[in-house]
Amino acid sequence: MDKEEIMAKVVAVVVDKLNVSAQEVLPTAHFVNNLGADSLDQVELVMELEREFDVQIKDDEATHLQTVGSVVDYLEKTLPKRKD
Amino acid sequence: MSSTRVVVTGLGALTPIGNNVKAYWDGLVSGQSGAALITRFDTTKHKTKFACTLKGYDPRNHLDAKDVRRMDPFAQYAMVAGDEAIQDAGLITPLVDKERVGVVWGSGIGGLGTTESTVLGFAASGMDPKINPFFIPKIIPDIPSGYLSIKYGFKGPNFATVAACASAVNAIVTASQLIKLGNADVVVAGGSEAPIIQIGIAGFNALKALSQRNKDYLTASRPFDQTRDGFVMGEGAGALILESYTHAQKRNAKIYAELVGVGMSADAHHITAPDKGGVILALQRSLTSAQIRPDSIDYINAHGTSTPLGDLNEVEAIQHVFGAHAYKLNISSTKSMTGHLLGAAGAIESIATVLALLHQVVPPTINHKILDEAIDPRINLTLNNAVKRTISFAQNNAFGFGGHNVSIVFKKWEDS
Repeated sequence: MDKEEIMAKVVAVVVDKLNVSAQEVLPTAHFVNNLGADSLDQVELVMELEREFDVQIKDDEATHLQTVGSVVDYLEKTLPKRKD
Repeated sequence: MSSTRVVVTGLGALTPIGNNVKAYWDGLVSGQSGAALITRFDTTKHKTKFACTLKGYDPRNHLDAKDVRRMDPFAQYAMVAGDEAIQDAGLITPLVDKERVGVVWGSGIGGLGTTESTVLGFAASGMDPKINPFFIPKIIPDIPSGYLSIKYGFKGPNFATVAACASAVNAIVTASQLIKLGNADVVVAGGSEAPIIQIGIAGFNALKALSQRNKDYLTASRPFDQTRDGFVMGEGAGALILESYTHAQKRNAKIYAELVGVGMSADAHHITAPDKGGVILALQRSLTSAQIRPDSIDYINAHGTSTPLGDLNEVEAIQHVFGAHAYKLNISSTKSMTGHLLGAAGAIESIATVLALLHQVVPPTINHKILDEAIDPRINLTLNNAVKRTISFAQNNAFGFGGHNVSIVFKKWEDS
């Protein structure tokens, strides 16, 4: 999966879970500060990303995923490894 | 308890016969049945295939998409009725100190539908412990009071009352006590329930509590009728704004009625079977608390669920408490129209009681054909049609599994 595909899927998940428009979901967008997420939304978001991308995100890794861009970078790094 | 007077200054309702207070009252006085066949799930295996469902209600007209997802329907209903009551009372004004506004909300079972779907998903996943983080906050019965406080910034006392089908009247009682104790100036009190789901219908059918009159569902809720065969489940919410009289007067609020008496008791008898002794105590205590004689009551909005045992038990308790006056007052069960909203029942029925006082009209007991031979025919059950009469004091009863009884007395408001 290339970065563009990952981004598109992440945007779809974020739009659905946080009830925001796709235009707001920029790589720099911060889940709490820009997209109105609270701590429960963040837990739900991580669970949904795990389901969507079939990955396991550890709690200590999840705490660093505060922006859309950080999620995409994380997934880009993680996904190919799983395929090896 | 202090001499603080407690008045009703706002109402909100979401019911199977009307999605706001006006539509609800119109439905009550015109004798509308709220029953419908259940279409939200396959009822093939269920003994009961109908309920008093909400009609033309879409949560997206009231809440944003995120809140709809985060709230179980019982909490959504609370927001709809709560909003209407808060607007009606004009509480959003500098004249009301939000830190002195409480919320006490009743629900019998909370988010049962969310419990059902989450547990099914949990089982299907091989019990994968990754549960949606909103599961617990969606099912806890106290979450509507939390959501209402968050939406409006109300920082007074805030919690839920749970007493099965007596939950909402207990919320009203507790709200009035908080005002009398000086803990709040205003309390949003009410109840909501969303039990029309598969395990709700199956669970109450297992108790043999529900009507199974599938072929004649529109008239199945027939309290006091010889042929009644159980209650008809309902869903929705009711909200009342209770306020200290001096506070209401100071801000020149519209006043619907005064809450003058409250009575509570336990049967100490059986978890589901009713007992006359406990009901009698609750009725008597509400009259004592109101400092009125039994013959002051003109109208009783009965618990009257349309179950064989419960209705007779209540009528006999009324005869015991009121003696010969039992034949002079009007009794009705508005559950004949709305069905039984369980933990929310007492809220919408308190609204019916308050509006009966306001309009001087008794809403009827509909669907009645044959009087139960065990019920004294001199009892006036306000059969089939609403009647106009002078109502100075009206009583509302609610009883719940566990043997909880609660009865409250409202007085007609007259500017003095």
